[in-house]
Amino acid sequence: MTGFLIYKIVIVVIVFAMALVIAMYSTYAERKVSAVMQDRVGPNRAGPFGLLQPLADGLKMFMKEEIIPNVANKWLFILGPCIAMLTACMTAVVIPFGSGLVFDGQLYPMQITDINIGVLYLFGVVSIGVYGIMIGGWASNNKYSLLGALRASSQMISYEIAMGLAIIALIMTTGTLSLSEIAKQQDAGFANVVYQPLGFLIFLICAFAETNRAPFDLPECETELIGGYHTEYSSMKLGFYLFAEYINMFISSAILATLYFGGYNFPFQHEVQEFLGLGQNAFALLQTVLLFGKIFFFIFFFMWVRWTIPRFRYDQLMHLGWRILLPLSFLNIVLTGLGMWATGQLH
Amino acid sequence: MLTNRSKIVVKKEMSFLEKLWIPAILSGMMITFKHIFYKKATVRYPDQKRPFAPVYRGLHVLKRDENGAERCTACGLCAVACPAEAITMIADERQKGEEALYREEKYASMYEINMLRCIFCGLCEEACPKEAIFLTDRTVPSEFLRETFIFGKDKLVEKIDQPIDVRIRQTQDVLEFKTDPVPLHNQMYNGQ
Repeated sequence: MTGFLIYKIVIVVIVFAMALVIAMYSTYAERKVSAVMQDRVGPNRAGPFGLLQPLADGLKMFMKEEIIPNVANKWLFILGPCIAMLTACMTAVVIPFGSGLVFDGQLYPMQITDINIGVLYLFGVVSIGVYGIMIGGWASNNKYSLLGALRASSQMISYEIAMGLAIIALIMTTGTLSLSEIAKQQDAGFANVVYQPLGFLIFLICAFAETNRAPFDLPECETELIGGYHTEYSSMKLGFYLFAEYINMFISSAILATLYFGGYNFPFQHEVQEFLGLGQNAFALLQTVLLFGKIFFFIFFFMWVRWTIPRFRYDQLMHLGWRILLPLSFLNIVLTGLGMWATGQLH
Repeated sequence: MLTNRSKIVVKKEMSFLEKLWIPAILSGMMITFKHIFYKKATVRYPDQKRPFAPVYRGLHVLKRDENGAERCTACGLCAVACPAEAITMIADERQKGEEALYREEKYASMYEINMLRCIFCGLCEEACPKEAIFLTDRTVPSEFLRETFIFGKDKLVEKIDQPIDVRIRQTQDVLEFKTDPVPLHNQMYNGQ
């Protein structure tokens, strides 16, 4: 029992620390990536190559004056960024980071908890994430914040449907909602993206919309809405909102890698394991490293898209969500069903 | 169609592939990816300073001669030449025993340039018959008060132990120009 508790505490601390550090350095990476894509150098003053820049930014955020508007609903105003941050962190719980470590002949999975409805849990928590933005925008008592919050919530709702339907097609092929099961299945066969290319594309586009990243970053918009839902926020409460976006990006990348790109598995992994003569623990760590390679690629991809594509107009955004992605995801489900029927895989 | 520069706009329906936008997005992303490897345009300023142009006209200096005496004789030609009326001076007579300080019998006891008025045209330098005032490749430092921009002799005269190199602006053209008895810009008045 104590062993179990220690194991859980250790893995929880590791996963959250990792998520926070990665989100922290995503802010740095974002600035570096945007810089090199625009032929600039980017932050390079704080520490070697500017590596201490995130710490400097964090310090700056803490040092700023904290302003709560008189007309704001104080509790909701504070609750908003808390929810955004909390839900962003909570999603890391179900992601499997490796096939498991063995100590004293006992297998410890590298996942905080393996609930059998992992995908549903993810969707539930991610949908609560929009409340953070909505409550924050509403409680600010400012028309621009409210407009930003409205945009954010309508955008998230419309894209969540297409996202969920894309996942349904995936779940039809995997037959399970547990993320560790889905990852394990991709060990035997190909990665799911081979079976679900259209679903992957829909999921990817929706992931951009869910994380409020460009080209779907309409909730925050300097020219139209001053700042969007966080117009009235200052100090670390603003920092929480911005930070939550980066954690969300990390989680979305991890989910994309897990659901569609084999999770912690990599091609010919057992041959590689045999060839190198690795034990289970070393092998699991190698898997984790490669999983992070995939995750970092997706994080880079998020940034890459942000610094390439101009944003959508709001009606184009809604048009894409409801009139293109939604029918496409239905089509995807039908095609998946037909394919499964043709190959005799119907469960 | 006079200039042959007008473009004929063709408004054709987009093909299915174009309507997907994905090829266009991918080609755009390839462009941004290529730019990662491009040469950076940034000059990392405090570490790396771009040299001024050889003809750059910055903060003035009042030169001393090879013995360390001030060259300026307060003739006032610079003040007369100055289009912005930035230069003020008071002349004084050199006393006995001050030969090491001032080169000639007359010197400027007060010499001020208002750096907010100055337009850094370099006419004072051109007018100076004693090779005393030069514009250098230094910049006027920023200050908070207007008064501090009136630079007196304490800031303008070069320190004896830190002579300021003005050779960068003394290009061959400038030297020739100074020795020319009929300067180029006066030739038109002489009908030449």
